[in-house]
Amino acid sequence: MSKSTYKVPIGPIHPSLEEPMTFNFEISGEKIKSIDLAPGDNHRGIEFMGRNRNIIQIIYLAERICGICSASHPFAFCRAVENAAGISVPPRAEYIRVIIAELERIHSHILWAGVAAHELGFDSVLYLSWKVREEVMDILEILTGNRVNYGMFMIGGVRRDVSKEHIPRIEKTIEYYKEAYQKLEDVFLQDPSIAIRTKNVGVLTYEEALNLASVGPTARASGVKKDVRQDQPYSAYADMDIKAITPDMFSGKVNGDVYDRIIVRVLEVKQSVEIIEYCLNHLPDGEILSEKKIAKLLGILKKAEGEGVGRHEAPRGEVIHYVKLGEGESPEVWKARAPTYNNLMSWVPMLQNQEVADIPIVIASIDPCIGCMDRATLVDANTYQKQVLTREELRKLSIEKTRRMMQ
Amino acid sequence: MNPKELLSFLKKNLKESILDSRIDTNKAGIKQEEFFNVWLEVGQNKFRDTVKLLASLQYPHIAIIAGNDTGESIDLLYLFSIYYGEKFKEISVNIKVSLDRKKPSISTITDLIPGAQTTERETKEMFGVEFVGLPDMHNIFLPEDFPKNVFPFRKNEKGLDELVQNES
Repeated sequence: MSKSTYKVPIGPIHPSLEEPMTFNFEISGEKIKSIDLAPGDNHRGIEFMGRNRNIIQIIYLAERICGICSASHPFAFCRAVENAAGISVPPRAEYIRVIIAELERIHSHILWAGVAAHELGFDSVLYLSWKVREEVMDILEILTGNRVNYGMFMIGGVRRDVSKEHIPRIEKTIEYYKEAYQKLEDVFLQDPSIAIRTKNVGVLTYEEALNLASVGPTARASGVKKDVRQDQPYSAYADMDIKAITPDMFSGKVNGDVYDRIIVRVLEVKQSVEIIEYCLNHLPDGEILSEKKIAKLLGILKKAEGEGVGRHEAPRGEVIHYVKLGEGESPEVWKARAPTYNNLMSWVPMLQNQEVADIPIVIASIDPCIGCMDRATLVDANTYQKQVLTREELRKLSIEKTRRMMQ
Repeated sequence: MNPKELLSFLKKNLKESILDSRIDTNKAGIKQEEFFNVWLEVGQNKFRDTVKLLASLQYPHIAIIAGNDTGESIDLLYLFSIYYGEKFKEISVNIKVSLDRKKPSISTITDLIPGAQTTERETKEMFGVEFVGLPDMHNIFLPEDFPKNVFPFRKNEKGLDELVQNES
């Protein structure tokens, strides 16, 4: 008797995945019959660490949840604390926050476009798109001092101002991306070979996107017009008229396949450039922080009570942080949710009945960020079923080996 | 429906099962336009009905369940939002349910909103909350061989303290 299905595990370490995650596939011939997702290999216990830190230390911890969304998590966390403690943010800071967040979106989407091309086997497109991405990394470094982990956010504002000298430099970046956008559109949306590999692949229907609570470009590519910047605007987004981008704006219809996810991300690069342009033209004057003295701010936060929710539309979708301020300096509850956490389930209908060769591009199509999703973990040496070596035992083994070699 | 109408709609249907409620008004932008957070606390047995009522208005989006071990009870805060699609129309609905700490148990909502599965599984692992009706699946974030009676996000006994590797 021959078996009709076979189990194929992919991950946690696999050349087509940038981050550790296990997928257990059950396949019949070339078709995928069932999928079991097993994340958790990247747990770092970040929420747990937050229990022993004060609010201002947590901003920097939140920033390190993800290396790509390193403006999104502190943005949402600061908003949650500001809502909980009733702290207002000066208008100039609100505009600078949005400029940084949108620059981040440009770099994240172009990075993703390069990865998608790489998964399909077009490595020259990977190099070209990452070359285009360098410009936005440069401007982020000029504005914040860092290419990643910008350290810009603070409760009640931002830490660095955008000076007069910066403005012509940002305008140059805007011009650069207006030109580059046309190239991106040509390469990703007009190219027949990309279209052949991605159309009708990894389909997520409108109903599935709603039922599985998908967020960000993954949901919008299936026609769900959901975008925090549009639905519940905040900061400078409230002054603009932002529309959630769906693929029908470009192609006239919604299929919910990988190609539609490329459309949404490419169009969002253009939208981000327009948002930054608006922010520069309407940048208000004034302070950038509501309370400059950190010690005083900590005092205010220590006395404050209440709970708040902070939401931000990150490049991958909605980031939501919930903070409940308690007695003492640390929050009583801090819960961070990254977009991949919600988009995880979308993989199941996307991969059902797909071919094994489409696994990399379908997995890449939601722009997963496993590091964001797996946040919490523990180290457990005493009750582990498997034998775990302690540092002493390891050291002993190491010494023994050295002795053996010396004999 | 605006937030006040939403709250009175829920109050009309759930009556005294709503233990506590408030509407937070936040302002955004130079024009200081308003958006709303509706906070509710409902009785454990009426939680499913509350979600069903929300679903009768528009399919609710669930963001996450934030758990809190207060020492006396396990409080779950479900972060929902409804009315997406138009500027300033979305309302965040945050529903708190307080569970008995000795045997925390609540019915699942994965049959109403399948997308709640990940967060229910996480809450089950981290806080030891039983979700009645949730299929028994493997651990999602904790290792498979993690002890079944230890819940790391509880704050004292059966929490992390006894598990943390000593520094020696």
